[in-house]
Amino acid sequence: MKVGVVRFPGSNCDGDAWHAVVDHLGVDAVYLWHKTASTEGCDVVILPGGFSYGDYLRPGAIARFSPVMSAVVAHARRGGPVLAICNGFQIACEAGLLPGALLRNASLRFVCDTVRLAVQRTDTMFTARYAPGQILRIPVAHGDGRYTADADTLTQLEAEGRVMFRYVDANGEPTSQANPNGALNNIAGIVNAEGNVLGMMPHPERAMDVRLGSADGVALFESLLAKVAA
Amino acid sequence: MSTVMARPGDPVITPALIAEHGLTPEEYERLTAMLGRAPTFTELGVVSALWSEHCSYKHSRPLLRTLPTQAPWVLQGPGENAGVIAVGDGLAVAFKIESHNHPSAVEPYQGAATGVGGILRDVFTMGARPIALLNSLRFGSLDSARVRWLFAGVVKGIGDYGNCIGVPTVGGEVVFDPAYEGNPLVNAMCIGVLREEELMRAVAQGVGNPIMAVGARTGRDGINGASFASEDLSDENDAKRPRVQVGDPFTEKLLLEASLELITSGHIVAIQDMGAAGLTSSSAEMAARGDVGVTIDVTKVPVRETGMTPYEILLSESQERMLVVARAGHEDAVREILAKWDLSAAVIGEVIAEPVYRVTEGDRVVAEFPGSRLVTDCPVYEPPAEESAAAVERRRVDVHAIAPRAQEQDPVWTLTQLLSSPTIASKAWVWRQYDSMVQTSTVRGPGGDAAVIRLRGTDRALASCIDGNGRYVALDPRVGGRIAVAEAARNVACTGARPRAITNNLNFGNPKRPEIFFQLREAVAGIGEACRVLETPVTGGNVSLYNESPKGAIHPTPTIGMVGVIESLSHVTPSAFTTAGDAIVLLGHCTDELGGSEYLLRIHDTLAGAPPTCNLQAERHLIDALLDAIGKGLVRSAHDVSDGGLAVALAECCMLDRERMTGASVDLTAWPALPERALLFGEAQGRVLVSTSTPDAVVAVAQRHGVPARTIGTVTDASHGLVLRTGTHRAVASIAALADAFHLAIPRIMDGDTPAEHAVAAGHAPVD
Repeated sequence: MKVGVVRFPGSNCDGDAWHAVVDHLGVDAVYLWHKTASTEGCDVVILPGGFSYGDYLRPGAIARFSPVMSAVVAHARRGGPVLAICNGFQIACEAGLLPGALLRNASLRFVCDTVRLAVQRTDTMFTARYAPGQILRIPVAHGDGRYTADADTLTQLEAEGRVMFRYVDANGEPTSQANPNGALNNIAGIVNAEGNVLGMMPHPERAMDVRLGSADGVALFESLLAKVAA
Repeated sequence: MSTVMARPGDPVITPALIAEHGLTPEEYERLTAMLGRAPTFTELGVVSALWSEHCSYKHSRPLLRTLPTQAPWVLQGPGENAGVIAVGDGLAVAFKIESHNHPSAVEPYQGAATGVGGILRDVFTMGARPIALLNSLRFGSLDSARVRWLFAGVVKGIGDYGNCIGVPTVGGEVVFDPAYEGNPLVNAMCIGVLREEELMRAVAQGVGNPIMAVGARTGRDGINGASFASEDLSDENDAKRPRVQVGDPFTEKLLLEASLELITSGHIVAIQDMGAAGLTSSSAEMAARGDVGVTIDVTKVPVRETGMTPYEILLSESQERMLVVARAGHEDAVREILAKWDLSAAVIGEVIAEPVYRVTEGDRVVAEFPGSRLVTDCPVYEPPAEESAAAVERRRVDVHAIAPRAQEQDPVWTLTQLLSSPTIASKAWVWRQYDSMVQTSTVRGPGGDAAVIRLRGTDRALASCIDGNGRYVALDPRVGGRIAVAEAARNVACTGARPRAITNNLNFGNPKRPEIFFQLREAVAGIGEACRVLETPVTGGNVSLYNESPKGAIHPTPTIGMVGVIESLSHVTPSAFTTAGDAIVLLGHCTDELGGSEYLLRIHDTLAGAPPTCNLQAERHLIDALLDAIGKGLVRSAHDVSDGGLAVALAECCMLDRERMTGASVDLTAWPALPERALLFGEAQGRVLVSTSTPDAVVAVAQRHGVPARTIGTVTDASHGLVLRTGTHRAVASIAALADAFHLAIPRIMDGDTPAEHAVAAGHAPVD
C-alpha cells in the first residue's frame, strides 16, 4: 500500500501528513509534486494543509488548476480515497470534489486551537475505528474555515448523512461557542456522495501523539488504511 | 584599483547631502582618507548604509565584545547570520533574535511581518530548517485606540507571515507600559535545526566563483536614505512609496525550500540574506569574512522597475532575496534548483583575488573600496556615560512609604487587578492567531514558562523563551540586565531544560545621550555577568538604538532569547498544577522586594524603588536543584515567580489551563516579618513554585543544592478556590473569578464595540 501526499508550492502540512502515515502507522508514503500530472499508483491521496500558491485569489483557487489535480480528480472518480485537510479541503471544494466553499472565519481572524469534534458516522472508510458519537480533540489552524453551501446542498448533505464531523462543546452540543469559524451547522468535515473523499478543516495529522496534546487523529488514519488494505 | 567615475546626473556631494546620509564630518573625513579621494554618490550611499548604527554597531561593538561567547557546545558565535549550538545526537540549532521596531511603529502589519521574514532568512541561510518562531512585543497602554491598532496589526502581521510559511510561533511575551506609547518594540526570534555537518557560513570563497542574486527581484522599496529628496527619488509616484518593505511569505516559503536544497546540493559555497542595506551589506560582509575581493555589476541584478540607479539597486531592501556564491561551473545546477521552486537566479558578480569591493554599471566602475576595510574600518564610539539624576532619584524612592489604596484591604481585589493587567493577563487572544502546532513537534506551545519543541528522531526537546523587564532596567540597568538573563534561564528550566545559550536584542534610546549610553553599558555588563555564571554564552543578537519618540526614550529593554535542552521528553514539565492533593513547594526565598513591581505600576501607577536583587549564584543553584528534581521524576509542575509576585504565580498555576483548573490552599505565615503586599506581590527573584506528590524528596534535593525550599500548601479541587493565609489575612478567591480576570482581560479590551482588526483591515491608524 502506498499513500501519496501532494506538494503544492506553499503546502506546509505535507511533512506532517507524511510523518503521520510513515512514522505513526508504518505505511509507505511518497510526495506527489504539483507539476506532475500523476498520482504514481498511490492507493490513497492526501491533500495537505498550508497556503498553496500563497492563497492568492482565494484559498485553493489556483491549486485546482495545477497538473497534479487532474490526476487527483481522476483518482477520486475511480473511487480512490482522498483525504483533504484544511487547505486541502479548500482545494477539494474548488476542484469540485466536494460541494460548498470555505469562507473567511467569522471572527476575521486566523484561529489556532484544539477543538472538540463529534464523530457523526462510524460506517465510513474514514471513521470506522471511532465509536458512535465519540468526541475528539483535534487542532484547527486556519483563517478561512467557515464552511458554507447553498440551502439545497446543505439539506442534501445533512439528509444523506455526509457531515462527518461537527464542532461541539464538552457536552457534545454543537454550540456557537464551540464553533471556531462560524461554519454552517458547525460543520467541520464532509464527504462526497460516493464516500471516498473526505474534506475537513481540523488537522487529524496533528493529533497523533498524546505528548503533543492528542492522539485522537490516529483512528482516522487507521480506519482509512485498514479499509484500503482490506 | 580602477578609476571610479561619477555617474552623469549624480547629485553633487555637499555637506548637507553628507548630513542627510547620517555621516558626521569626521566620518566623512575617515571615508575620504580610506579612499584617498572624494567618494561618488553611490559610494556615499554604500557607506551611509554600512556605517549606519544598524549595520555597524558603532555604539555597541566595544560593549558587545565584553560578552561571553564561548562554551564547548557553541559551534558558531556572534558575527554570522545566526548563532549555532550543538544539542546532542549530532544535531545543532541555529537561532537569533532581531528587531523591527521602527517599521512596526509606522506600518504595524508589514513592519512586523517583514521582521519575521528577515529572522527566518537569517536562520535558514545557516543551513537550518526553521522549527520555531518567538516574539517579544512592547506597546503603550491599551487604553489608547492607536496602541490597540498597533497591537492588532503587529499580531496579525506576525501571524500571517509565520502561518503561511509553516513555522510554528510557539512563544514569547507581550508587555504593555506607557513607556512604549510612541515607540513599540517588535523583536522576533527564530530557531532552526540542522545536522552539525550541514552548517553553512556566509563566507565568500574561491576566486572566480560566481556571485548570484536569488529569489525576488529588486525594487525601489525600503531604500536606505530614501528620506531625503534627491532628484533621483523626487518623482511624484515614488515620493508616496511607503518606506516600509512589503513581505511575501509565499515567496519566502519557496526561497526557504530552494535555499535548503541549494545548501545540501554542494553547488554553492556561501549564502546570505539580503536584509538591511540589501545587496550592499550582504556582499561586503561576505567579502570581509572571506578576505577576498568581490565585484558586482548592477546591470545584471534582476529588477522589477526600470531606470533604477546603482545607488537604488545597492540599497534596496526588497524582501525575500538571497546572495549566493556558487561554485564556478555550477551556475546551471543552481538555476535548476531555483526553477523547481519557480524562482530565478542571476549571476551578478564574481569573487576576485584583488582585495577590493567593486561595483560596476556595465563597464563603468561606480564604487570601489579597498579590501575589507569598508566593514572593518567603520567608526566605533564609546560616548560619555552618566546615570541621570532622575533615575537615581527614582531608585531611591522608599516604596513602603507609598500608602496602600483603600481597596487593598482585600488582597483578592489587588490580585484580581493584577491578573487583569494586560501585561500579566493571558495572551491567548494573541497566540490563537498564530499557528503554534504546524510541523507537529510542539510539546508545549504558548502560555507556559517556555515553549518546548521536540527534536524529531530523538528523545530530546528544545525549550525556548524570551524575557526582559524594562522597568527593572530603567531603575537599575546592571541589575535589570542580570535579571533578564536569570529569568529567561529559570523559565526554560521550569520546563525541564538546561539553559544553554542566549541571543539578545538590545532596545535602547539614543546612545549619544549620556544617560542612555549608561543604561546600555550597564545592562550589557549585567547580561554578561549573568551569562558567565549561568553558562549561557551569547551567540549573537541585534542592537536597536534611537528608540525615542517625542514623549522620550523607551524603557531600556534588553530582551533575552534563551534556548535550553531537555534530555528526555519524559522530563517535560508543565507550568500549571495538575493534581489535587499534591503539595506545593516554593524553591527560593521570599524577601522584601516591591521596587519596580507590576503591582506598583498597576495599582499605584508608579515606577520606583530599586529592582529586586539578583543573586546569580543562587539562581544557578536553583536551576540545578530544579533540574535535579525534575530528572528524578519528583516534579509534577514548575512555574517561575515573576511579574505580580507569588500571589499571581499561584493563581496562574491554578487556572493557566482552562480545561483543567485547580484550587490551592497556601500558608505564607512563615514570613511574618515581610509586609503583606511585598509577600504577595513583590517580585523577589530566584523563586519557582513546584507541585509534587513527594514534597520531602523535593525539599531534600533542594537542600543538597543549597536552595531554600519550603512546603507552602496543597493543590485542591478548583471548587475550594485559592486560599492565601498570611499573618494578617485569610483570603479566599474564587478560581472562576480569577480565571475570568486573567483570561478575558485582553479580549474585553480588543473585542469591544469596534474590534481593532477592522481598523487594520481598513488600513488607517486611529488617532487619539
